[in-house]
Amino acid sequence: MLTQDIAADIFDRVKKLSSSDEVEVFLTGGRFSLTRFANNTIHQNVAEENHTISVRAAFGGRTARASSNKFDDESLRRVVEASESLARVQHPDPDLLPMPDAREAAGKANGTADEGVRVTPSRHFASTAETTPELRAEGVQHIVTVADRHKLTTAGTYSSNEWVEGIFNSRGLHRWHRQTSAEISITMIGGDSSGWQKANSPDAANLNPLALAETAAKKAADSAQPIELAPGKYTVILEPAAVLDIVGFMFWDYSGTSILDQRSFLTDRIGTKLFGDNITVWDDVNHPLQSGSPFDGEGMTRQRIPLIENGVVTRVVYARATAARMNRSEYKESAGPIDPTGHGFLLPNETGEMPVNIVFAAPRDPQTLEQMIASTERGVLVTRLWYIREVEPYEKICTGMTRDGTFLIENGRVKNGIRNFRFNESLIHMLSNVTTMSLPARSSGEESMDMVVPAMKIDEFNFTEVTRF
Amino acid sequence: MQQIANWALNIAALRGATYADARIVAQRSRALTTKNGKVGSASDSESVGMSVRVLADGAWGFAASENLSRAAVEATAAHAVEIARASARVKLHDVQMAPEKSVTAEWATPYQIDPFSISVEHNIDLLLKIDSELRGVEGVTLAETNLNFNREESWFVSSEGSDIHQTKYTTGAGYAAYAFAGNEIQKRSYPTSYGGQWQNKGYELIEELKLLENARRIAEEAVALHRADQCPEGTFDIILESSQLGLQIHESVGHPIELDRVLGMEANFAGTSFLTLDKLRHLRYGSDLVNVVADARQEHGPGLGTFGYDDEGVPAQCTNIITNGLFTGYLSSRETAHTIGENRSGGTLRAEGWNRLPMIRMTNISLHPGERPLSLEQLIASTDHGILMETNRSWSIDDKRYNFQFGCEIGWEIKNGRRARMVKNPSYSGITTEFWNSLDAICSRDEWTLWGTPNCGKGQPQQVMGTGHGAAPSRFRKIRVGSAFKNS
Repeated sequence: MLTQDIAADIFDRVKKLSSSDEVEVFLTGGRFSLTRFANNTIHQNVAEENHTISVRAAFGGRTARASSNKFDDESLRRVVEASESLARVQHPDPDLLPMPDAREAAGKANGTADEGVRVTPSRHFASTAETTPELRAEGVQHIVTVADRHKLTTAGTYSSNEWVEGIFNSRGLHRWHRQTSAEISITMIGGDSSGWQKANSPDAANLNPLALAETAAKKAADSAQPIELAPGKYTVILEPAAVLDIVGFMFWDYSGTSILDQRSFLTDRIGTKLFGDNITVWDDVNHPLQSGSPFDGEGMTRQRIPLIENGVVTRVVYARATAARMNRSEYKESAGPIDPTGHGFLLPNETGEMPVNIVFAAPRDPQTLEQMIASTERGVLVTRLWYIREVEPYEKICTGMTRDGTFLIENGRVKNGIRNFRFNESLIHMLSNVTTMSLPARSSGEESMDMVVPAMKIDEFNFTEVTRF
Repeated sequence: MQQIANWALNIAALRGATYADARIVAQRSRALTTKNGKVGSASDSESVGMSVRVLADGAWGFAASENLSRAAVEATAAHAVEIARASARVKLHDVQMAPEKSVTAEWATPYQIDPFSISVEHNIDLLLKIDSELRGVEGVTLAETNLNFNREESWFVSSEGSDIHQTKYTTGAGYAAYAFAGNEIQKRSYPTSYGGQWQNKGYELIEELKLLENARRIAEEAVALHRADQCPEGTFDIILESSQLGLQIHESVGHPIELDRVLGMEANFAGTSFLTLDKLRHLRYGSDLVNVVADARQEHGPGLGTFGYDDEGVPAQCTNIITNGLFTGYLSSRETAHTIGENRSGGTLRAEGWNRLPMIRMTNISLHPGERPLSLEQLIASTDHGILMETNRSWSIDDKRYNFQFGCEIGWEIKNGRRARMVKNPSYSGITTEFWNSLDAICSRDEWTLWGTPNCGKGQPQQVMGTGHGAAPSRFRKIRVGSAFKNS
């Protein structure tokens, strides 16, 4: 594994090779292992070790990047030369800023006066880093045992990873992040039904393969012999994984660059009440249930940012250069607070920035999933969504399918499994019709980033078609 | 490289592996983009490493490392065997591999111009000229362009004696114009959306695409969509231009025929398939006109699924997937071939890079053109009332590949054999086999294009792969149109 000391030494070697006005080095990599099972058998089982160096050269308004996964002198010389020769032929970009120094990158105190300075919790756990193939196989064996007991077939993954991320620049900035993660995803398959569960955490000790397997198995059993319902508008209860997978499609738009490009659904809508009173969302890398590094692609500290407050679109996030451009733009007066927020991607890029540590605020009157079901006269319970794509960008209509556990609720009880629906639903409409939420929890899906998100009960969710299973 | 591979294979054998292969891969890529008159990104990257895939105790293990020193290579091979033994703790049967004759071979993408030999200045100049054309049209609020070049050199050596060296070149280019006005964002792309056209070719592809020549028309269409009527909802005959049909093939033929999906190996993520084994040579997949092949051979064309050998050393092949409408073949590998009664792999196992396990991937999944001469204009002229749809805007299909919905960037309502009006936000949906059985006309060879899809995701950890899809504009009868906007 790359250590901070070795990384600093690599940066020193790069600096000596560099002839650019400014140079930045981004280093990332680690060990990644994943045990994959299907048909109650481990059928794929992989491990990888890899580290990448990415060098950004800047010559007065010109910048470019080159990367390699080799750290010998000759490779470093090549990657530095490649970044410089690419940078030299760029047209000068008046929006390109000098690289930030450590003081600028630290930003303002990362929290409100009441909270004091908030610190990113440690996300590295030695026991997770040391997870062996045998330990993962043991976990899979437990899952298969559950499948066998329920006469089901199971498929899924059990992964464990350790990685680092560091950024150094010639103005004295150096940031370093070390992290572990473990993840379990389980599908249980019956003759005409299936169930699914997934969880991840920086600490493998927080994962319970047996409990996840039992829940997935119950969903498969309960959704057997599915009936077909007509498409239409239904009250739905989306479990947290379903919520995050669909709402994830709007957070690309919470970006200053996206507003300046006029491709965000928030263009001309910042400061307006777009969603229900009960929707409040933050981006907060330091939340105890969040994950990832506390700095962005230029090394700037990720700030805690309110994106939606009581349904009102409060603001969007900014990389440094985007904030400067916004301050000179026609949107300056209507864009809400404009400051670098520490959400930029590696430069140069065309997408700017994005919030990646989404946290939904707890509702005033949280209800459990069971309470939501009990209070539903007729509705649909959705475990998971699949193949979500944006159909219309300004009303934010997304399509997709339900999958692996879709149920009819009648008179406060789960009555039947049902055939899977296709939906075409506006996220604006959806988040304006949330009637009840659970307490937010760290959740993981397949189509969007992990979030701290509640289950939601939603009126008039738009199912347009039904499939054959 | 042979020596590095042998270090790995020797250790694997010493540790008890009954089969092993080593792949060493060196990848180089260049990506250039512009946005609204400025360079968006300019980057070069290189990645070199090796992986070892082994069978031990009847189960698979795989390990990969960036480090090509002897000590690291041997440790990686030993780790692969350790992983295989852990896999064997949860197995029902030993892995079976179809036999494959060992081979020593060289293969390279034929190309005329090395794309890395063209200066960055020249490329940026081209992109900025396109950008200028796009933004020269009033109403265009965002213009984006891209050029991408990849080179991949790989060495495959197996314990069965194969030794294969391949070099592949890939070139891609495209652009998009956006127009924001009122409460609406419209977009047009060229040659198609999401990165444009990609092929296994050199820089000659860029010259063939006529990028600059089409920029103004594309920009004008993006703006004109704001004045167009909403695409009507209902049941219509539809004509799909070839890039949209290529994606339709990808999603509703290419993925369902992957034998690993059919056998449940992808059930947790990418999903399974409605094409259960009992349907082989029994299911009427499409109308009599539908003939689809999976063809990785160079003679099929420079598709992203074209190669000499797959990543377990099996030569490129052509498999008949749908023959006169009948379902006749799957995409298979050495491990899965026996499940369909075959004693040889179909040669479709590919990996994203040195650090990924090869898995069944689409090669070039192509719909044969119609045999009788038929141009797009003649097809339109023979259509009483329908919708012509061009260029993908959204795509979604269920996890067994039955129900799909596609949105396109632009549509034309056809009345009495003529384009009557432009329509915006066209979309269509259906059930896979019903859709392919409704096909009643395919344009001929001169309208056929081998499109590249550079971004096909599959597997855990996810791998992105390029696939090829040959198609000519085709007509489908009585298709649901507009459900995407129903009640929303």
